[in-house]
Amino acid sequence: MLDVKAISAGYGDMKVLDCVSLTVESGEAVSLVGSNGAGKTTLLRAISGLVPVWSGSIVFDGQDLGALPAHKLPALGIAHIPQGRGVLTQLTVKDNLLLGGYVPAARERRPETMKMVYDLFPVLREKESQLGGSLSGGQQQMLAIARALMSHPKLLILDEPSLGLAPIMVEAVFEIIKTISGQGVSLLLVEQNLAEALAVSTRAYVLETGRVVLHGASDELANNEHVRTAYLGI
Amino acid sequence: MDSTIILQTTLNGLMIGGVYALVAVGLTLIFGVMKIVNFAQGEFVMLGMYVSWALATFVGIGPYPGLLIVAVIMFVGGWLTFKLLIIRIIGKSDEAFILLTLGLSIFLQNITLLAFGADYLTVTTTVKDAAIRFGGLAISLPRLIAFGVALVMVAALTLFLNRTDTGRAMRATAESREVATLLGIDPVSCFAVAFGVGTVMAGIAGVLLTPMFYVYPGVGTLFNTTAFIVVVLGGMGSLTGALVGGLLIGIVEALGGTFVSLDLSQLFAFLIFLAVLFVRPSGLFGRSA
Repeated sequence: MLDVKAISAGYGDMKVLDCVSLTVESGEAVSLVGSNGAGKTTLLRAISGLVPVWSGSIVFDGQDLGALPAHKLPALGIAHIPQGRGVLTQLTVKDNLLLGGYVPAARERRPETMKMVYDLFPVLREKESQLGGSLSGGQQQMLAIARALMSHPKLLILDEPSLGLAPIMVEAVFEIIKTISGQGVSLLLVEQNLAEALAVSTRAYVLETGRVVLHGASDELANNEHVRTAYLGI
Repeated sequence: MDSTIILQTTLNGLMIGGVYALVAVGLTLIFGVMKIVNFAQGEFVMLGMYVSWALATFVGIGPYPGLLIVAVIMFVGGWLTFKLLIIRIIGKSDEAFILLTLGLSIFLQNITLLAFGADYLTVTTTVKDAAIRFGGLAISLPRLIAFGVALVMVAALTLFLNRTDTGRAMRATAESREVATLLGIDPVSCFAVAFGVGTVMAGIAGVLLTPMFYVYPGVGTLFNTTAFIVVVLGGMGSLTGALVGGLLIGIVEALGGTFVSLDLSQLFAFLIFLAVLFVRPSGLFGRSA
């Protein structure tokens, strides 16, 4: 479904990604792990067209993303929740959700999707007329996920969904991610919390200084000597 | 001091303040969405006045019946300005934008000078000298219409921004271009709409002013300064701030002009501007950075 082939990318003269390849099959949950500065966020941003790709190709559902401006990607079924959640703080919860269904195909189904999303996150219904910025961190993450669901994504890209959340919220967020994955939405997940990331995904890639150094089934990686010493500290 | 005169002057100021607010709201919309200041906003007011004058003089359509025509012409003009000029410098430095819009402002003044000369032109309407009287006060009809139309325009814009998908997309773009992009919104088309609508606001203000002001190539500079003061006074990017700021500046100018000296009326606008910024550096309705 998503086929990233040997891409290099960076900012200015600085190369961040060096010949990175990655695939996400339909319905699959893939996590991307690695230490700070390894290039995980840059890789996600390159896929979403927010960072220009220097070489290599990114194909989604048979379509070359390199030829498309970034704002055309959501209509293809890609939803990207950026690091820091990307909640529009000056807009109400409801307006945030309505914009989640901004792309034409999603707009037609918006009322029913809205109801579905409110049933999944009752707290958002309660707070629908409050500003996005007034929500707690955990609620903002819920809103970000709910907003992404409004577009009926085929591929959901999540960048550090647990960042800055209380442990109990982290658990809740990963419960929801599991549910979404169970409904057949493909996932590409970047997460510092390695244990949670490997538990929710079927496959994982390990990124170090802009290169993929390891990839394989998540449960195998969880037992890999290098991963255990480098990232789990055991 | 006679309280009737004070009331009457305040009322006159309030009416003209509505037009200031309209110009400033257009400027605020452009600033809010694009994060850039359009220094040619006053010239768009001037162009609105000339289009209105031309319609009245050559076609025989008065300012008020011609409002919609001017709005359409101004939107197309604003949109073309965006597509031909502004779009080239998006993502470039702020200096590029200042130079471009300042240059555009000088160009528009001079092209008008070339086309229509430096003469002061007037547009006469049947309501020009009509007034509504009550309790010893009088409001001239053109001022009342200007005030009313300005308020309706601001209300319509607020509804548009809050209740339509395009409006929401524009607010999203104003807050974060990147998040908007990730939602499938094309920021550049939001910029185009903001610029077009901002231009319409200025043009309509021009039409509303023609029965009260002389039409000449340099008239826009008057409104450039005032609109800029109003935008900063109200809090950069706040529509409510632009509205309240416009009304406030209108009243202050009128009171200062009547009770101290007409020549110094703009001085009072600057004084209140400085006073407000001294107390609230981010403006009346601005969010502190």
